[in-house]
Amino acid sequence: MPESSNSGGQARPAKATARGHHPLARYLATRLGLSVLLVFGVTLVTFVLTNLVPADPVQAALGEQAAADPQIVAQFRKQAGLDQPLPVQYVNYLGRLLTGNLGTSNQTRLPVSQEIAKAFPATAELALVAILISIVIGVALGLWAALRRRRAADHVIRAVSLVGLSIPTFWLALLMYYIFFFKLRIFPGSGRLSPTAIAPPHVTGLYTVDSLLAGQLDNFADALSHLILPALVLALYTVGLLTRFSRSSVLDVLNQDFVKAAKAKGLPARVVVTRYVLRGALVPIITIVGLAFGSLLSGTVLVEKVFAWHGIGEYAFTAATKLDLPAVMGVGLVVGIVYIGINFLVDVLYGVIDPRVRIQ
Amino acid sequence: MSLEQGLTRPRFRLPATLRNPMAVVGASIILLWILVAAVISHIWPVDPLAQNFDRLLPPGAAHWFGTDQLGRDVLSRTLAGSQTSLPLSLLLVVCAMILGGSLGAIAGYFGKAIDETIMRIADLVFAFPTIILAMVIAAALGPSLTNAVIAMLIVSWPSYARVMRSLVIGARGSEYVIAGRLMGSGAFTSLWRDILPNVLAPLLVLATLDVGTAILLLSGLSFLGLGAVPPTPDWGAMVSDGVQQFSSWWIAVFPGLAILSVVLAFNFLGDAWRDSLDPRTADAVQGRAI
Repeated sequence: MPESSNSGGQARPAKATARGHHPLARYLATRLGLSVLLVFGVTLVTFVLTNLVPADPVQAALGEQAAADPQIVAQFRKQAGLDQPLPVQYVNYLGRLLTGNLGTSNQTRLPVSQEIAKAFPATAELALVAILISIVIGVALGLWAALRRRRAADHVIRAVSLVGLSIPTFWLALLMYYIFFFKLRIFPGSGRLSPTAIAPPHVTGLYTVDSLLAGQLDNFADALSHLILPALVLALYTVGLLTRFSRSSVLDVLNQDFVKAAKAKGLPARVVVTRYVLRGALVPIITIVGLAFGSLLSGTVLVEKVFAWHGIGEYAFTAATKLDLPAVMGVGLVVGIVYIGINFLVDVLYGVIDPRVRIQ
Repeated sequence: MSLEQGLTRPRFRLPATLRNPMAVVGASIILLWILVAAVISHIWPVDPLAQNFDRLLPPGAAHWFGTDQLGRDVLSRTLAGSQTSLPLSLLLVVCAMILGGSLGAIAGYFGKAIDETIMRIADLVFAFPTIILAMVIAAALGPSLTNAVIAMLIVSWPSYARVMRSLVIGARGSEYVIAGRLMGSGAFTSLWRDILPNVLAPLLVLATLDVGTAILLLSGLSFLGLGAVPPTPDWGAMVSDGVQQFSSWWIAVFPGLAILSVVLAFNFLGDAWRDSLDPRTADAVQGRAI
């Protein structure tokens, strides 16, 4: 037993220094602390941009006519707390955020939090399907390219992934919509369901999941067929990203001693690839998934409008084009916090899978 | 990491890169577009802003790329679009490299509190998805190309800072740097004369790849209405027009192809260059994809 494995020996010094605290728990606590700090940072950014940067926040909120009347302006400033010192304003702002108050949209006059909450499941469904597609295709292509290094397949995959990283997403969305819906009618048009379909009873807000839970198979098929095209468009960039990263990650592992040993033992190539290479390469790939999620969230802002997908991205697009500042800031805040949350989850996963990470 | 390996062979190797066919294709396309941007307004007969009553004409003999919703020639507008996208993206990348590179060098060289402060601000920028943060900043500043570039600068400097910082930390302990310090170099001389020439190549590769990202980001902001203001011919804004005029595919297709060709060209060039520097630094150089 004492000389059984090297990896067990590596983790031991960490346990000794941890003094009763489990190293994983300590690692998670540090990560959580950093994430919470970042969330505060994000609120500081949106606070500064909402209250300090616009040339005149009063005019931005009131409109030209009302802003010309000094009495209304004074009343508004007092009501909005703009006559208070900045730190007090920030604390008030945080207080409002904690109660879920993201302000009122200048365009619709509805609470921004309510509108974002309504749009959230649509984007979540789209982004989850897109990330699944990206991981499956990206890792497979990356693995293939690495195993066929410097051969035709490698060069083709490299070119394809570079194209994926270079295509403007919003343009691709328009092109795909035009070709596959408008011209060929292969995929259904805009929206999450056909106009005649009735949305499944709300459980998660994800139509594919909800329709399955309710046992409505035709609704499930409808929701899925609406999902495919926007999800593929959204995934192309992250497929490129994950392909390139998986390739280099697999190449790194291929040179390691344990892979050489496995090959030398005479294990079949399939076993070496799945049990040794892929497992070793997956750990660094996981870290890039968090990053990929960020570009997906960016992509939704540019893609959803084209597909009339009523999610956060479409909401952000409309808010940006109409210069609806509270709505734009609300989206920035929510997406920023979601992104921090995803990266925290990635860190957790990373720490659970790879014991070496906990030591640092 | 493999950064040290890059440092042991720190020559500026663009000519070797240019033997790679991908890099040649990339460089040629870039040169072609730069040429177009430079001479188009002097030699092209059709005004990209001129409106006429031939609205939404499909591509044909009179208008090779058709006309848009105001009867403007899509070909002239696509060519003229290079005059906003290319110079602004190049300007942005140069500014981001100088700003991010300097901050990263300072953070890496001096360490401690300065390092912490700079890198925590960088982390904060990384806490947002790129376009989201750029969109939020551009919306607060108000829509204009200048503000879009400012917003992009704020979101792009941290990747240079990260890469530069790690390169400087790697080089800081090298014998030639220590020797320079012993001979009396100050911090600035040490950074400028000893360290910079040895870490410049990876930074320039990152910058080359980043031009493509910058063009995508700028056109994305213009697509959102936060960049170019009408009637400026701009690729992103033209695609946005295409969303409104859905059945007239030519309005969006050609400017989109223009974006794709330039971005792909920069990515081809940057990618080949990175490989020629050292295939193993491939990922160390990539500060942030988007």
